[in-house]
Amino acid sequence: MTMHFLLLFSRQGKLRLQKWFLPLPERERKKIVKDMTTMVLSRKPRTCNFLHWKDLKIVYKRYASLYFCCALENQDNELLALEILHRYVELLDKYFGNVCELDIIFNFEKAYFILDEFLMGGEIQETSKQSIAKSVEASDMLQEVRH
Amino acid sequence: MSDVVEKTLTALPGLFESQTGAAKITNRLRQLIKSITELTSKHEEENLIKRELSAIKEQVSSPNTTMKQMREIMVRAMYCEMLGYDASFTYIHAIKLAQQGGVLEKRVGYLAVSLFLNEGHELLLLLVNTVLKDLQSTNLIEVCMALTVVAQVFPKDMIPAVLPLVEDKLSHPKEIIRRKAVLALYKFYLIAPNQVQHIHAKFCKALSDKDPGVMASSLHIYLQLIRESPDSYKDLTGSFVTILKQVLGGKLPVDFNYHSVPAPWLQIQLLRILSLLGKEDQSTSELMYEVLDESLRRAEMNHNITYAILYECVKAVYTIHPKAELLEKAARCIGNFVLSPKINLKYLGLKALTYVVQHDAKLALQHQMTIIECLDHSDFTIKRETLELLFRITNAQNVTVIVEKMLDFLCYVPIKTLTFAPDNSWFIQTMNDVFSIGGDLLQQDVPNNFLRLLAEGKPEEDDQLRLYAVESYLTVLKGHTSHLPQCFLQVMSWVLGEYAHLQESVDRREVIRLLTQLLDQRSVSSETRVWILSALTKIPEGQTDLILDLAESLSSSQDTVLRQQAQELRHLSQDSQLREWVLVENSCAVDSSLSFLDGFVSEALAAGAAPYKPPHQRQEELSLNLEPYSFSLPVSLSSCSITDRQSPTLLSVSSGLSGNSAELSTLILEGVKRVWGKDGYLPQKEATAPPVDEPSAAVQPASQQEAAERIEPRPEPSTQNQDKQQLASSLFVGLGVGSSVSLLGKSEAPPPRFRKKPRPHESSSSSGTSKRSSDSSSHSSRNTTDSFLYGSFPEEEPATSISTFDHTPKSTTANGLSQNKDTKEDRHANTSQILGGDMVIVRPSTIQDKHPPSVSSDLTALLPADLKDLPHSDVISLTSDPSLSLSSCRLFRDEALLLVIFISNCTETVIKDVAVQLTCEELKVCTGNVMDCLEARSTSVCHYALLMDDPHTNVSLTGTVSYQTQPGHTNTLPFSGTLSTADFIRPLVVTTEEYGKLWLSLSHDVKQNLKLLTDAGDPLRTTLNALKDALQLHVVDIIGSEGIVACRLLSGAPCLLHCRVNGAALAMWLRSPHPALPDFILYHCQRALAHH
Repeated sequence: MTMHFLLLFSRQGKLRLQKWFLPLPERERKKIVKDMTTMVLSRKPRTCNFLHWKDLKIVYKRYASLYFCCALENQDNELLALEILHRYVELLDKYFGNVCELDIIFNFEKAYFILDEFLMGGEIQETSKQSIAKSVEASDMLQEVRH
Repeated sequence: MSDVVEKTLTALPGLFESQTGAAKITNRLRQLIKSITELTSKHEEENLIKRELSAIKEQVSSPNTTMKQMREIMVRAMYCEMLGYDASFTYIHAIKLAQQGGVLEKRVGYLAVSLFLNEGHELLLLLVNTVLKDLQSTNLIEVCMALTVVAQVFPKDMIPAVLPLVEDKLSHPKEIIRRKAVLALYKFYLIAPNQVQHIHAKFCKALSDKDPGVMASSLHIYLQLIRESPDSYKDLTGSFVTILKQVLGGKLPVDFNYHSVPAPWLQIQLLRILSLLGKEDQSTSELMYEVLDESLRRAEMNHNITYAILYECVKAVYTIHPKAELLEKAARCIGNFVLSPKINLKYLGLKALTYVVQHDAKLALQHQMTIIECLDHSDFTIKRETLELLFRITNAQNVTVIVEKMLDFLCYVPIKTLTFAPDNSWFIQTMNDVFSIGGDLLQQDVPNNFLRLLAEGKPEEDDQLRLYAVESYLTVLKGHTSHLPQCFLQVMSWVLGEYAHLQESVDRREVIRLLTQLLDQRSVSSETRVWILSALTKIPEGQTDLILDLAESLSSSQDTVLRQQAQELRHLSQDSQLREWVLVENSCAVDSSLSFLDGFVSEALAAGAAPYKPPHQRQEELSLNLEPYSFSLPVSLSSCSITDRQSPTLLSVSSGLSGNSAELSTLILEGVKRVWGKDGYLPQKEATAPPVDEPSAAVQPASQQEAAERIEPRPEPSTQNQDKQQLASSLFVGLGVGSSVSLLGKSEAPPPRFRKKPRPHESSSSSGTSKRSSDSSSHSSRNTTDSFLYGSFPEEEPATSISTFDHTPKSTTANGLSQNKDTKEDRHANTSQILGGDMVIVRPSTIQDKHPPSVSSDLTALLPADLKDLPHSDVISLTSDPSLSLSSCRLFRDEALLLVIFISNCTETVIKDVAVQLTCEELKVCTGNVMDCLEARSTSVCHYALLMDDPHTNVSLTGTVSYQTQPGHTNTLPFSGTLSTADFIRPLVVTTEEYGKLWLSLSHDVKQNLKLLTDAGDPLRTTLNALKDALQLHVVDIIGSEGIVACRLLSGAPCLLHCRVNGAALAMWLRSPHPALPDFILYHCQRALAHH
């Protein structure tokens, strides 16, 4: 289940978050982001949440105005990836409380911190909502205390 | 928006440290984000970011900038980078921030580093010391951050520096540190497996860690290790099985649950590991059968995550050493996936099938119709997955069809996806590949569409594309051209002719030379030569000498077309004025209103010509005109076939009459080629049926001529579904178990004789059901599957209709089917519309009629005019749901049984894509009917002509109707019914002499005493009349106490009945060429008399 990258972008194709689990040159990344946004945004409703792209599988899901999109290897389980995206949304929701796109726009670094507790090296690191919330908040709190 | 901003800003506690300085800072970020979201054009954004970046630059280089400010600046820089702008000058400051800042700054610094710096970025070297320091920190959070960044960005050559410290963290007291360390090591293993080889023992410790999270993380490494060398880890199988058992048993803390499923990620990881361990290893596999079984059982179908687990489970079951019981369960699971209306599950089902067919190709057979549907799915992902599946089942018999499908797809995709083709060169290159690989197998519309795409583009925008095309083709033509397919050559010559002038640098002489060179090639077809010459004609003037040479050499060509073109070429190249006039640079304007014909039209009108009418208007008039004629048609029309299109099929059946008709088993379908062969498309159960039940291929030699006729393409377009079945038959050929069984097996084996006991309970129970359902057809739930049993209640037989039945003498050998004419004049010309030939939509006479036609007698009025006069059974409701109701009625035609299905739309909206799928195992039939839409409150009628060659007491029909109330949302409604042999029996009109001759020639006979009806004066006559009414027999003669009766099965096998009054009973002696037919007729006689 090696995830190659995770992208969050808006319905207008604006990138909101990008996480690259495998090293890629900057140009390649930009091209991928462009490909992903055009491909995913041009999907018709009622189609499945999976796409073939090169030798990878793209799994995407739309939550309100935001698209969550990740790339997997062919033998990986697409349905499971959908649930990973969903769990990430749940985590964001737990942290921000009724999360919306604006939360992620204005606090994108927090969204990264949460992601870093959830996935590591493209693999699931921790699935418990409680534990992740705890460790993210611990870092936040520690910062508060120091100042 | 501003209050949302306020709200989210208050959720940013880290940014509010001091009221004075920080408020200003946060304002900057807020201002930046806010102004960017308000911008409308890319240009404005560019300017804004440019200003922002220069401001940032100034700030970072200022010695007065504090770490706090720097952190905020870094967030802004990250934002700019995310928008796609280069902020590389801040990278070094990100490292500094991670180095020098407090925890708060460090966190942002590390994040910026992991976002900005790729593995291998030279600045990363500056980070090593910081990471080493943080790994040794007493602050947990610093250690965590260091481990995260190490796993994210550290390249191969930097791993040794941190490895010992990361390794130490495996025994850290905090589980979160151990977990992150394990994952970091996993990442190291992926990048540089050699460097972590020495710590395998420590991985084992992680696997037995008391914290399940650490254990779960270690599985990532184990999966990788086992994938590489499964044999080294066989001894761990027991542990993995135990862990999975514990997980399934809910032994893990609730924290690990995901939507009340225990640790799904862990489960899946374990299933994958187990499947790798059990692969091709029976003894290891045996260890895991139990837990896999439990896993299959535990996963309830309620959530995506359980489907995800099931999918892995199925894969595991098929990967390890097979166990029949598990395979069966897994196959059922796949069925659940494939048949799911949820498209994601369908996709996964296809993927599972793709995996599974490598082990068991038969499974694809079970789902062939779904596969065919998926092949035409509007979703490309589904389509592609289906092709993947087809690829796996390719064999010698279906290879051509599958490759054709793949090429279709291949060619369709590039054109379709052009909208998001990354760039022009990619598109042209892809199309080049398509043309050179697909070549002349491509359908003509592929090159046509491609050329149109090039031609219709706007001059400025698409000149780029054209230019690429020209360049790329010139390169292609300079190479070896002899192997290129004709259509590719044609495309190239057209493009070069049209657009070569766009490329300034191209030497026209070179283009002409390349094209001329093609003409000299032997492999180039004359059609392509014409394309090439046309291209040469279009290349601008100035190269007269080359053209003249060419024209000269061609003027002696044997091909007159080429010679003519060469002449034209010569003239055009010599007369530049003519040339300019003929070849306009830019394509001329098309006068779509044909105004230049106005003069001609007015002249014609003045001369008395009829004014032009659009086609639809003409059709209406035509059908109106037809009305009187159709009334005056002879009565025999009713017996004339509306099924003329099936005549080839019928012919093949009638040939069976003279031959061994006993071996033939056919259900005749409108417009369907008889493609159901042993190797062809068979309903699911056929695949596992014994060879005796396989439709005989041995009879085909006997009717080779007919077979040839069958294969002949019909001019009429057959309905979509029939196409699909044909496709299925050609795709799934050679997959069944029967493929290894001798084709001759069938003809020698006698058809099974069976005498079924009457089943009285059926008539009582089901007649109640069907009556109730017909009353409440519009209310019954979607899931209702009202079974109905044709012929199991003879009291419903339309006795009156039978007496008026047109007893046209029809000998068995000359049943005149080939003379059938198309008599499909529709008397409802104004209200009806013919769909696909055998479906008629009838709109209600009044729009206000809000009630669905639930009264069965109303429905018979909807029968097409030429069927109205046929004797028919009562209309029986088949199934219904709130939107659609299905009823059926049997029409007794002379040469076939017509099963009419009425599909009524009970809603006020149009129902789309109504597809009726009908299957009958005994008749070895599976057919479908599709119509695009069914208007509100209207009823559509479709009918099937059925024949029974191998008699059965009752044959059951099953079917489904699927439809769409909303686009993309398909409902499916199953139905079933039964037909009896009695439906397929027709009177055989013979004279007493013929009867006598025939009697002697028949071999199979059955004798039985039957009940004699004694309630009337003449018991024999009464009994025979009763039988005649019930079974459509022909009473040939009655002499004293003996009576002779004749009938035939629709397909032809006659059956003669000799009846004699024997005391209080009727001794009946039946003879037939068909071994089983007498039994069935006897059975129905018994029933008829019992019910009398």
